[in-house]
Amino acid sequence: MKDYIKSVLDKKDRLDGRKFDEFRKPIVITNDVSSKAEGSARVKIGDTEVIAGVKMDVGKPYPDSQDKGNLMTGVEFLSVASPEFLPGPPGPQAIELARILDRGIRESKMIDFKKLCITEGELVWNVIVDIYTINDAGNLIDASALAAVSALKNAVLPKLVDDKVQFGDFTKTPVPLTLTPVSCTVYKIGKHLIVDPTKEEEDAADGRLTVAVSESGNIHAMQKGMEAGFTIDEADKAIGMAKKCIEKLRKELK
Amino acid sequence: MSKEENKSILVKERDIVVPGQELADGMDYLPSEGAFREGDKIISSKLGLFNLDGRLVKVIPLGGRYIPKKNDTVIGKVSDVGFSNWRIDIGWAFDIMVPLREGSREFIPNDADLSKYYGPGDLVVAKILKVVSTKIVDASLKMPGCRKLGSGRVIQVESSRVPRIIGKQGSMITMIKESTGCNIIVGQNGTIWISGEDPAKERLAENAIRKIEAEAHSAGLTDNISNFLKKESK
Amino acid sequence: MAYTKRFDGRKFDEMREMEAKVGIIKRATGSAMFRAGKTVAIAAVYGPRGLFPAFLQNPKGARLKCVYDLLSFSVTERKRPGPSRRSTEINLVTEQALGPVLDLTKFSYMGLDVYVYITQADAGTRCAGINAASLALADAGIPMKELISAIAVGKVSDKIVVDLDKAEEDHEDGATDLPIAMAPRTGELTLLQMDGNMSQEEIKEALEMGKKACDEIKEVQIAALKAKYSEAKK
Repeated sequence: MKDYIKSVLDKKDRLDGRKFDEFRKPIVITNDVSSKAEGSARVKIGDTEVIAGVKMDVGKPYPDSQDKGNLMTGVEFLSVASPEFLPGPPGPQAIELARILDRGIRESKMIDFKKLCITEGELVWNVIVDIYTINDAGNLIDASALAAVSALKNAVLPKLVDDKVQFGDFTKTPVPLTLTPVSCTVYKIGKHLIVDPTKEEEDAADGRLTVAVSESGNIHAMQKGMEAGFTIDEADKAIGMAKKCIEKLRKELK
Repeated sequence: MSKEENKSILVKERDIVVPGQELADGMDYLPSEGAFREGDKIISSKLGLFNLDGRLVKVIPLGGRYIPKKNDTVIGKVSDVGFSNWRIDIGWAFDIMVPLREGSREFIPNDADLSKYYGPGDLVVAKILKVVSTKIVDASLKMPGCRKLGSGRVIQVESSRVPRIIGKQGSMITMIKESTGCNIIVGQNGTIWISGEDPAKERLAENAIRKIEAEAHSAGLTDNISNFLKKESK
Repeated sequence: MAYTKRFDGRKFDEMREMEAKVGIIKRATGSAMFRAGKTVAIAAVYGPRGLFPAFLQNPKGARLKCVYDLLSFSVTERKRPGPSRRSTEINLVTEQALGPVLDLTKFSYMGLDVYVYITQADAGTRCAGINAASLALADAGIPMKELISAIAVGKVSDKIVVDLDKAEEDHEDGATDLPIAMAPRTGELTLLQMDGNMSQEEIKEALEMGKKACDEIKEVQIAALKAKYSEAKK
């Protein structure tokens, strides 16, 4: 199928007729899908589906950031999503994805960590984002990024009484945010660059480049994955393609 | 059929039935695929469509993985080449096996390099000869219709929909082939190979097949697909 | 203090609002969602498929393996990822709740995997999980003698109730949680656990209430299975 997919791309076409820089439709983002979470979102891109949730807690700050709250990002490739995912601790792919998403959020300074400080040197808020795959039909990376960011945008702080979290008691105070990073991964099949691959296209790909961009237009995180290399021109072309797609994706977020 | 016999069938033809649902009463009928007897009653073991075939009470399953059957034509990928056989992955838990003597209509010498005929990764059409057990399924690559497949679009559909996709005496699949000009081979295991003049025609064939897969139980399906093909061809 | 009115106004033998949907995860062989009030469970079935390592393979039939867990954000205080002693126990009782109605004899040497995840937890999670898993197994075309329905009955303060929610489980006067699963046709309990303080007579009364509840749940499950295909029929 890999050779066939390449031959279709050579003819400037894709299996499902989309343009190379076109995402599947519809993209459905639903917020508040899990009522016990401080924030949550479900994202569907075509048949690919992921769900993300935000939980919060308090704790001592890290020694090198006494006045800042913290972020932890986790990704689990749930075995429901694909015959290839088996139960067990997150493997390298899941951990890589978690770290890519974490970098996008952290480096864009999406969360105002200073505002998450309760008492300097003593007590800060910890934000924990967990993303779970529900159905893998290709491009889990971008779906997960959208879900994580959407869950954060809808997250609120739990009540704090005498420095103790009243779990289950939500305030109306949103998690303090600044910019919103949106990610797009460009996949390389042969010498062609496409976005939002179906599972068949993803299996035929040799390389990928994930790019996270904020409203400033600047890039905050990048990750090249899989085995093929990108020339500087290819990387530049991919970044341009990603930026264009990201502007469209940003409109899907509320 | 007498009134008494009618009363002992508890559902209507092509009713959707669920596991545990009572289908028939009394000893006049025999349970067949998708059904079992429990005391006086015949009960469905599957989610499917009720079908009475003479005295046989059947449930045509609406889903479920493909289970290899004798004489089925299947499409798979060569996963391994041995000294005297090929192993093919058809999506079953175990690879099916083609022994040397079933590899080709031409004579294959004993010391031949079998990968010259079919190598790992090759897409092939095979015919199942014998299902000895879940682990041991023998097949042929030399029966009529068997061949190595070239470059083409390979899609996977629910194997339970394959009969509808093929149609009575192949009428449905022939309609799609003629309308799109594509060469299409349908494996009973739900693997379908499509090869046409251009990706747009292959895409039309794929979309028509997916439409049948989704609407397999609707009335007027043939007309729907015919109209769909006419509309999309413009 | 006597429990005279349920926190959410339900009658003592009334269940929370239920919702079930089948075929929600396209890549799975079978899948379903089951909701009871605010508790939401999703289940996916993969298989029958290959099982490794080989020493786990059983010539008598497929090996059923159930995995249950809570998503980290499904509960009030975040649940750390990874299996807990509680989830490991629930894996086992889920297997034992579903196993008796499955006919896996035709799938020797193979494995059948059932995955249950709770996306929102408000008590009764293992029962919602079993209800979803039962649907997913039927959706996957696994031969079943019948569906399994599950509900938690119990006692809140001094009243015997059906379908406890979290607030009732946490009642200041104490509560007893009695999760059950039934094979409705045979009337057999395939899941029976208890955690609290009840007399033998009270348990019998609770179980009778549970049986009625399971009959209602079965109707919701059957409707969900049929709905997947009656949409296509239109």
